[in-house]
Amino acid sequence: MPGPLVLAIWYVGIVLEIAFVVCSIARKSFFRYIFLNAYFLLGLGSDAGRYFFLSKFGQGSDEYRYAYFYTDALLTLALYLALISLYSCVFGELRFNRYVRFGAVILLLGTALFSYAVVVQSEQRLATAFAYELSQNLYFVGLVLTYILWGAMLKLRETRTRVVQFVLSLGLYFSAYAACYALGNLSNYPVVQYLSGGIGCLLPLAWTVTMWRHAEESRLEPARLLAVAR
Amino acid sequence: MMAALIFAVSVVTLLMFFVSYCRSLTAASSRYALSKEVRDVTGIHAFASGQDFTRVMQLLQLCPERPEDRLGLRAVAYYFEILNFLQKTVARLTPSVESWAEQERAGCANFAVVALDRRIAFSREVLAQQGEL
Repeated sequence: MPGPLVLAIWYVGIVLEIAFVVCSIARKSFFRYIFLNAYFLLGLGSDAGRYFFLSKFGQGSDEYRYAYFYTDALLTLALYLALISLYSCVFGELRFNRYVRFGAVILLLGTALFSYAVVVQSEQRLATAFAYELSQNLYFVGLVLTYILWGAMLKLRETRTRVVQFVLSLGLYFSAYAACYALGNLSNYPVVQYLSGGIGCLLPLAWTVTMWRHAEESRLEPARLLAVAR
Repeated sequence: MMAALIFAVSVVTLLMFFVSYCRSLTAASSRYALSKEVRDVTGIHAFASGQDFTRVMQLLQLCPERPEDRLGLRAVAYYFEILNFLQKTVARLTPSVESWAEQERAGCANFAVVALDRRIAFSREVLAQQGEL
């Protein structure tokens, strides 16, 4: 079993995931942000699965590592869905929303098929360095997609506080994970093992705070979001 | 090579998203009208300046914590440190960065004042509820 600190961070993460779902129900926004909620519900399911493998086979076992990285890849795909729903939210009032959805479905299917093909071909290697590389690439694609969305939001002068903070938190999360995995690949040091729990807590924490503090009608001044020295 | 490139790009975007996130936090408190109590306590009547930040953070520690403030305050405190670093280094060479950083520091201080205002209101509510009991 992992140390008490790692377990404590894990439990905090679970509590925060539940907090976001409860908060969005309390704020009557569960269906408005259904994909964000679905991601956390799936996260809770994967936590249960990981705990089962951890308690049955132990931390150092291939079974646990396989379960960890496999659920991680699935969760990243679920997070893509959440990101696409934010794309839809931002482009919802524009005429090309249909094309955004179409592009998003193609991208999701493409990523899923690519990941599936890679997993099938490398089933034996999934618990090794390859899994690191796959996760690193998935997070990096997420980071690029979030960056594009953020650029579009600035261009469209998006003012909805919730949407702005959801997207920025997601960008932080993807960047931190991609950097973490890349560092792990570079140095062969298990950085992810120590940092992933903490980083994993950041997203539900930031989203819960946003959901709790800001009403759907809350607006920001778009000019204040541009970090330009004048 | 690929991992090094991904690492470099991720660190740059991490910083960029962090700055934007902090700006969205401070922007959200820019329209907040301060209460009379907090104006009296801090001596700030309309908008705080960057120099007020440390003092307001000290005042914040005297009030009972609100869990929903914690993340925002911590993020803004880190952002303030980054701005201080910028002011001591890059801003000395470029005056436009100097004025921008000062404006941002003032935004951070304003965010802290608004948090203080909310904490004071929260403490009053708790006291009132205890009084009713």
